[in-house]
Amino acid sequence: MKKFGERIPQGLFFIVALSALSVLALITVFIFIEGVPLIAKVGFFNFVFGMKWAPSLGQYGIFPMIVGTVFVTLGAIILGVPVALCCSIFLAEFAPKKLSNLVRPAIQLLAGIPSVVYGFWGLIFIVPAIRNYLGGPGLSVLAGSIILAIMILPTVISISEVSLLALPPLLKEGAFALGATHWQTIRTVLIPSAKSGILASIILGIGRAVGETMAVIMVLGNAVALPKSILDPARTLTTNIGIEMGYASGEHQQALFATGIVLLVIIMILNAAAQYAVRRK
Amino acid sequence: MRINPRKTQLMARIVIWSAAIIVLVILFSIIIYILSKGIPHITWQFLTQIPSDMGRSGGISSAIVGTLAVTLVAIVVATPFGVGTAFYLTEYTRESVITKIVRFSAESLAGIPSIVYGLFGFIFFVIYLKLGWSILSGGLTLAVMILPTIIRTSEEAIRTVPPMYREVSFSLGGTKWQTMIKILIPSALPGIATGIILGIGRCVAETAAVILTAGSALQMPTSLFSPARTMAVHFYILASEGISLEKAFATAALLIILILLINIGANMLVSRFVAKGH
Amino acid sequence: MKKSIFKYPKFLRVSIVLYLIISLLSLTLLSGCSRNKNSVIIAGSTSVQPFAEVLAEEYMILHPGIEIDVQGGGSTAGILATQSGTCDIGMSSRSLQGDETSLWSFEIARDGLAIVVNPANPVNNLTLEDVRDIYSGKITNWSVLNGKKSEIHVFTREDGSGTRSSFESLVMGNTEIMARAMVENSNGAIRQLVADDPYSIGFISLGLVDKTVKAVELDGVIPTREHVIDGSYNLSRPFLFLCLKEPTGPVKDFIDFTLSDKGKQILNDQGLITVGVNP
Repeated sequence: MKKFGERIPQGLFFIVALSALSVLALITVFIFIEGVPLIAKVGFFNFVFGMKWAPSLGQYGIFPMIVGTVFVTLGAIILGVPVALCCSIFLAEFAPKKLSNLVRPAIQLLAGIPSVVYGFWGLIFIVPAIRNYLGGPGLSVLAGSIILAIMILPTVISISEVSLLALPPLLKEGAFALGATHWQTIRTVLIPSAKSGILASIILGIGRAVGETMAVIMVLGNAVALPKSILDPARTLTTNIGIEMGYASGEHQQALFATGIVLLVIIMILNAAAQYAVRRK
Repeated sequence: MRINPRKTQLMARIVIWSAAIIVLVILFSIIIYILSKGIPHITWQFLTQIPSDMGRSGGISSAIVGTLAVTLVAIVVATPFGVGTAFYLTEYTRESVITKIVRFSAESLAGIPSIVYGLFGFIFFVIYLKLGWSILSGGLTLAVMILPTIIRTSEEAIRTVPPMYREVSFSLGGTKWQTMIKILIPSALPGIATGIILGIGRCVAETAAVILTAGSALQMPTSLFSPARTMAVHFYILASEGISLEKAFATAALLIILILLINIGANMLVSRFVAKGH
Repeated sequence: MKKSIFKYPKFLRVSIVLYLIISLLSLTLLSGCSRNKNSVIIAGSTSVQPFAEVLAEEYMILHPGIEIDVQGGGSTAGILATQSGTCDIGMSSRSLQGDETSLWSFEIARDGLAIVVNPANPVNNLTLEDVRDIYSGKITNWSVLNGKKSEIHVFTREDGSGTRSSFESLVMGNTEIMARAMVENSNGAIRQLVADDPYSIGFISLGLVDKTVKAVELDGVIPTREHVIDGSYNLSRPFLFLCLKEPTGPVKDFIDFTLSDKGKQILNDQGLITVGVNP
């Protein structure tokens, strides 16, 4: 009798799990079914390395968008990660408890702000500043990088801080006992020990930067041309989908799904890298 | 010649404090700028009237309702499926290649850009299932979007319940089901709740996936099948088209306040349970 | 530890009850198992959108039971949505092409297309060829046109925009808009960006031009409503309402309202050009 009573919840959970997982599988399958035929038709190299995106002419080269994504993300990492790391060290090692208890929730709040708000803020402050002091239309790769750098700060800061705090106190005490200064300890002992967590946070930050759409649409200019400098307008893989999604049909729509496949692959690679980094500890 | 370690320590302190100050300055300049420009315009009319004249006048009551409705649908749909799946994966299956694949897939799907979910939702819910631009389309799309996150955090929470709890329950004669209800769910609740609240936060902030599934109609939605605007979408339209800077700031300020409340609620929930239990 | 575990089942019961209440609340929102029969969904051109909004507001005051929802997306998006049945009325700011012509279409007004620059820009008039050369990338600096020495920041609309299509057929002809042109997805966005950037140029609906931007003279003709009517300013395009099949019910009623004298008066007052009403 007891066994039967156990079967029901097990069956129920199985159905629930199956439905949920099949919906998630549906999305993946859907994207692939729509996108793969187009990649096959246009040719993998023509699609990924093609220089011209002109759907009305039947041309679907996404290389300018890949370059856009790479430039903008790279810029975000270069600008954001050092600042974020310093800030996480600050919170873990230097800040008085009262200050860190105030700052931590504030950073959490930053993480929750809708990306369109960041985009708007960038439109008001960053874009005119770039236009007036550096040249170009202001809507540029640089503007996108700055905004994304700010947006990934919370992610990198909080996870790096957690990694630093999770280190056994013995490490620090041992270093002090050997006569090291605080900074020497941090530089030679703590950071290397927290390396995997810090790396994971950076990779997660990259993931967020790659996936961002709305803030980037507002400040990037969205020109289809290949950006040749950081002051040039550009398009990323995500903004390309965002702009054209509403009116794409037929082949054009399939091309957008194909772009989605490329994004999926990028995220999977990033995820695998993050898991590898964490496991190496 | 080696630099005096005390000097490097000083330099390091300066750099690190500067970085922290930069972050704080940016943080506060964004939040305070928007709150200061927006809060003065949050009046009772703003909260209760629907927008008119493309949003130039009136309020945002329909957007507030839209946000709540879409988020509600997403949570109501995603939570049982997400938590249930997490339970099934941890309790009823053995650790195997399949579970590893499932976990990796859930991780990857959680990281997919929301625009891809939007594209999927637009084609699948709005057009293929003929749900049109509606709260239902938007909510279901968001549900699918937050499902991986809920599965992941719930699974994590359940797995970290010490095996001892289960063993004690079994040794006392409890069935798997009883163990689950009386022991596992309560212990894992903070983690599960965190995942749900993360999901809520994501729903409120989401724009790209919502604008093409729930639509951007200004009217107050009358049913799950009505199109609706969320506050984030409303803000985006007001801001990018320059319709009304005042209303844009006010909407943004309201959004920030809402997210602040959600964060505070989450922290309170977690600290309450952590303090109570183990 | 024993004490804390035994406290939880109560909370669990509470949370289950909470969940049921929330689900019930959501289900009560499901008032109407199919789409509200008294709702009309209008989608498409961002140029037509503000005017459709005004018409809808007026109409809903006169007919309180009907719900009209208007949203943008662009002309092509609106046409596609009409064809797939996702919306009841599609809005387009360009004429129909190819198999789109099988849709029922109603021209509700005409609208001029204005080329706009920043008010601080000393350039006041351009020839059609100038505009074409700017947009194709042949002319890249304002100094060539007696403006300040600076690179021209070119703004265009997204591919699916009716405004862009009209611009391409009226101004560009067979020349392509350059890949470096920056793309924005609404009239409002272009207006806002041109208003901010002293070296920019863009095109928007004439009915949406306001003090924040300057509409340039084309071949010596000032872009005004009157000049569009008398034909001297020849950049104009039709505003269309589209339906998949012959309109009935509230859809028909709303379209009739739009085409009625009252509707035309509203559109005229907003700056559009309608047939049969004195300017």
